[in-house]
Amino acid sequence: MSRLAYGDGIRHAFEHLLERYANVFVIGQGLWSPWYVGNSMTDLDKRFGRERVIDTPVSELACTGAAVGASLCGYRPIVVHPRVDFMLYCMDAVVNQAAKWSHMLGGQAHPAVTIRGIVNRGGEQGAQHSQALHAWFAHVPGLRVVLPYSPRDARDLLVASVLCDDPVVYVDDRWLYGLEEDAAPIAERDLREIGPRVVRDGADVTLVGASYSTHLCLQAAEMLARSGVSAEVVDLRVIAPLDPSAVVASVRKTRRLVAVDGSWSTCGLAGEVIASVVERLEPGVLAAAPARVTLPAASAPTSKPLEDAYYPTVDDVAAAALGRVGARALAARGRQR
Amino acid sequence: MASEILRARYRLAELADPSRFREPLDIRGADPQRLLAQLRQMVLIRVAEEKIGDMVTAGAVRCPAHLGIGQEAVAVGISEHLRPTDRVFGAHRSHSHYFALGGDLDAILAEVLGKVTGCSRGMGGSMHLFDQPRGFYGSVPIVAGTVPLAVGAALAAKMDGNGDIAVAYFGDGAAEEGAVHESLNLASLFGWPVLFVVENNLFSSHLHVSLRQPAESVARFAQAHCIDAEVVDGNDVVAVSRAAKRLVDAARAGKGPGFLEAVTYRWRGHVGPREDIDVGVNRSVDLASWKKRDPVRRLADALVAAGAMRPDELDGVYGETRERVEAAWRRAEAAPYPADAELLRCVYAE
Repeated sequence: MSRLAYGDGIRHAFEHLLERYANVFVIGQGLWSPWYVGNSMTDLDKRFGRERVIDTPVSELACTGAAVGASLCGYRPIVVHPRVDFMLYCMDAVVNQAAKWSHMLGGQAHPAVTIRGIVNRGGEQGAQHSQALHAWFAHVPGLRVVLPYSPRDARDLLVASVLCDDPVVYVDDRWLYGLEEDAAPIAERDLREIGPRVVRDGADVTLVGASYSTHLCLQAAEMLARSGVSAEVVDLRVIAPLDPSAVVASVRKTRRLVAVDGSWSTCGLAGEVIASVVERLEPGVLAAAPARVTLPAASAPTSKPLEDAYYPTVDDVAAAALGRVGARALAARGRQR
Repeated sequence: MASEILRARYRLAELADPSRFREPLDIRGADPQRLLAQLRQMVLIRVAEEKIGDMVTAGAVRCPAHLGIGQEAVAVGISEHLRPTDRVFGAHRSHSHYFALGGDLDAILAEVLGKVTGCSRGMGGSMHLFDQPRGFYGSVPIVAGTVPLAVGAALAAKMDGNGDIAVAYFGDGAAEEGAVHESLNLASLFGWPVLFVVENNLFSSHLHVSLRQPAESVARFAQAHCIDAEVVDGNDVVAVSRAAKRLVDAARAGKGPGFLEAVTYRWRGHVGPREDIDVGVNRSVDLASWKKRDPVRRLADALVAAGAMRPDELDGVYGETRERVEAAWRRAEAAPYPADAELLRCVYAE
């Protein structure tokens, strides 16, 4: 069976959309020389023309706003921000305009725009080239926020985002571009029907992630299995609007929860996951206090040793899970065996 | 010294001097029937806004209402050259933009009252107006918020290839936002068909333009971005119309964006109905002077002088319009509010 890599999956989604939908176009910086978006956009301009794959001046706000405006006129634009950090310049177009036009105009306007932001960190890039700000967008009603983990999701959820009538912030992570899985044909899906799903069954603890943190959770689950701990992993996929039911069902079974996020804790995704679960569970279900694994409350450093200390690792996730399960429970389980 | 020379070059001079341009408009070459229709449209805008202002005072209108009384000629002169497939974007002071495209009177009055029969189904109020069938894509109160959107609507129009254009209305204050400069650059670079319209009423909230910018004329930014620009008396519907026609025709013909700076003055405060004092600034001396440069009266005087209108006809137009607005107001008052369930509807497309 052939394999599909995450970065290729994203490119296949662009090709699929540009080939089949005349009202799709792409706008953003670097699109005619996409060297800093991995292989995720290679040669799109050559294949589909520079009228539909538009490289732009360094104007995040006007370009994102222009995409919102075009989306009000029957187009389905995709705006590309090669680094999420630069999206702070376009917040008005996303938060005040795209997110609000449907509701504040009585459902008469639908900005069907997809805003792709890429998390691109590591390599000593530091404070302004490393951020993962998905929680900011997830806070705002009216936006759908998509964080794919698997290569097929990276492809199919990008297609679903663009075909959705709502504004979507789609965030992919360069640390996943080489990740592979078995290929399957592109499936056009309704984004409204896509939500968190269990990607590994387990019994002792639920690990929840999205995008790269799902990858950490799955690796941690492997590691935990070697210690006799059975971890279930839930991949969130769509963090806004968040449907916590799959996580709640999982925690009802495992009674333990670790929420992992590649951003900060305060008012963040990991905290939201925990709150969404806890408020839906009866008292006494949880066998241990839930835990968060996130970035420390500091900007990204540059120096390599500090960088290594900064980002959550598989070990961190596994340790948090072991902390939930507890030494006594582990020892007891050892005796049973 | 260079700065002094540049400042002088971008002075609005007599265009910003309310002791000038008080005489009847020069209407030679214009169609009197069309001018009469424009006069009626300006009177409708004025009377409707006066009513909204009165109802703010009375406590019936509770949303922020930014009135453009005194600025009616700008949108009316421009809209003459627009068609329903064009894409017009407004800002916080957009009643006139809506009306000038033929927007429904009942629907806007219901909207400022928060009624479900409003043009935004009671979800927008005065600051979020919508009438896409007539080309009004929307207005928002974030200063310069819609300018990039209009640029994108122009890109869409160019892709459609039907000769449609976009229009971005904004004020002199919005020209201080980076969004405008990015938008001018983008539209000019790619030649997208958008008409940037600055209603330069000399004030942004409480601050006069001289306290906010090193020069008065906002059209200097068009020059910096190589965009064809016109600067006109915004209280002269004939001058606005003539300049707009040239720029609109050029945009439709694929010659790229245009920039129209219409110098005008709002008679009421930044927000709300008061004339005497505006967010802490007393403008009563200037205002009395600017009222003598009334865009409605100057057009009426010209039509009377040309024999196209009886001397008492303007009073009649005002009278009929008031009756029409009162009747519409009663209907708006009788209309229902949105049901509570509307609060959570339409957050996403249904």
